[in-house]
Amino acid sequence: MTETRFTKDHEWIRIEGEEGTVGITAYATEQLGDVVFVELPEVGKTVKQGDELAVVESVKAASEVYAPVSGEVIAINDVLEGEPAKVNESPDADGWFVKIKVADAGELGGLMDDAAYKAHTS
Amino acid sequence: MADTPLHRTPLYDLHVELGAKMVPFAGYEMPVQYDGVMPEHNHTRTHAGLFDVSHMGQARLTGDEAALEAVITADLAALGAGEQKYSLLLNDKGGIKDDFMVSRPDDKGLFLVVNAACKRGDFDYIAATIADRATLTEMPERALLALQGPDAGAVMAEHAPEAAKMVFMQAGWFEIAGMDVMVSRSGYTGEDGFEISVAKHEAEKLARLLLKDDRVKPIGLGARDSLRLEAGLCLYGHDMDETITPVEAALTWAVAKSRRERANFAGADVILDQIANKPEKKRVGIQPKDRAPAREGTEIAVDGKVVGVVTSGGFGPTVGAPVAMGYVPTEFASPGTALELIVRGKARAAEVVKTPFAPHRFYRG
Repeated sequence: MTETRFTKDHEWIRIEGEEGTVGITAYATEQLGDVVFVELPEVGKTVKQGDELAVVESVKAASEVYAPVSGEVIAINDVLEGEPAKVNESPDADGWFVKIKVADAGELGGLMDDAAYKAHTS
Repeated sequence: MADTPLHRTPLYDLHVELGAKMVPFAGYEMPVQYDGVMPEHNHTRTHAGLFDVSHMGQARLTGDEAALEAVITADLAALGAGEQKYSLLLNDKGGIKDDFMVSRPDDKGLFLVVNAACKRGDFDYIAATIADRATLTEMPERALLALQGPDAGAVMAEHAPEAAKMVFMQAGWFEIAGMDVMVSRSGYTGEDGFEISVAKHEAEKLARLLLKDDRVKPIGLGARDSLRLEAGLCLYGHDMDETITPVEAALTWAVAKSRRERANFAGADVILDQIANKPEKKRVGIQPKDRAPAREGTEIAVDGKVVGVVTSGGFGPTVGAPVAMGYVPTEFASPGTALELIVRGKARAAEVVKTPFAPHRFYRG
């Protein structure tokens, strides 16, 4: 069973078992404009919920992407290195940033579901 | 400061109508973008962009122009009718108080255009300097639009054919749809184009007229910054300030040779010594070797030792890569010198390069 949760800072995390795939929302990419660079963490890095996880840069500015939950980074989307525009083209799928092994599933309870996130951005 | 109400240009309502995202800038509410920085940048490089730069300061100066020469780098006696020059306003240490455009569009003296954030200080400083030898008349009743890009000449030709015959750095008065406008063939993008001074109450009419042309789109401050950065043009308060001389800023070309000979301007001793003996540091173009943009404030290192700082940096859409400029000791200022940029704690390879990053395409006839 998969479910997607959202942070107030516009990250999404899709949970499959103990793993979560993390990206930024379409709303976030609209605010950023064209993404020109993504800096991803090293595989194996452990992060706490709310830590800086990645940096996404538009022509204008650099913005932090925060870890939606605590855990260990188990995969990164290398494709973004050469094709940062994937984040704009497919924020919810091909433009994912990292996969995290979730340390504490309880933290997911504090994140928004789809309906709550829609309300947050409207 | 936070409570100071922001000014609006006469195009504020038009910006909002066109869907602009408005941000505070130099005391004004200005459009940072409409469609997005990247598409606006690219549109200006391929067609034509219309910029609202009404926040900038405009003034006339009449009387003894030598009084103004005491604090600037241009030779005003050599500024002929219909000509424009880029010049620098100096403090008594040779530091740059502002960069500005000076033109002689008619026989009524000089026409000055200065930066928005500096205009109050500039005009007070100039007025105090010229005292009763000359008269500075500020023109808050005028707005300023910039039309920039390879199609700018053709667009202008439809409204003011004579204005479109000017070449780069010429200026004069023309009529567009019954409006008296002062037009110069110059800008801040590296492209061919015009800056058009128009009475405030006619600014919206002029903007709508130019925007009716399919080749022209409104462009915000975001793209204005990426365009000027690729063109290697300095942004006051970032790439230069009162602690930086024209020589350090690599703007020695703006110090007229005749003025160097006469050595009769503020800070001439400092500036002439730097021209003769090289300054300690210098502004250079910097090409990062990978995809990570190095923003303003990024430390520049050589062999692991911090030697300088990036003063403007970002992604250059036309270059298709990050671009930057910053200050390094003169010994590291030659093109080809290897540098490191410390981006979020990580040293990334870069190289000193000549500017502009995107070739200038001014119309020289």
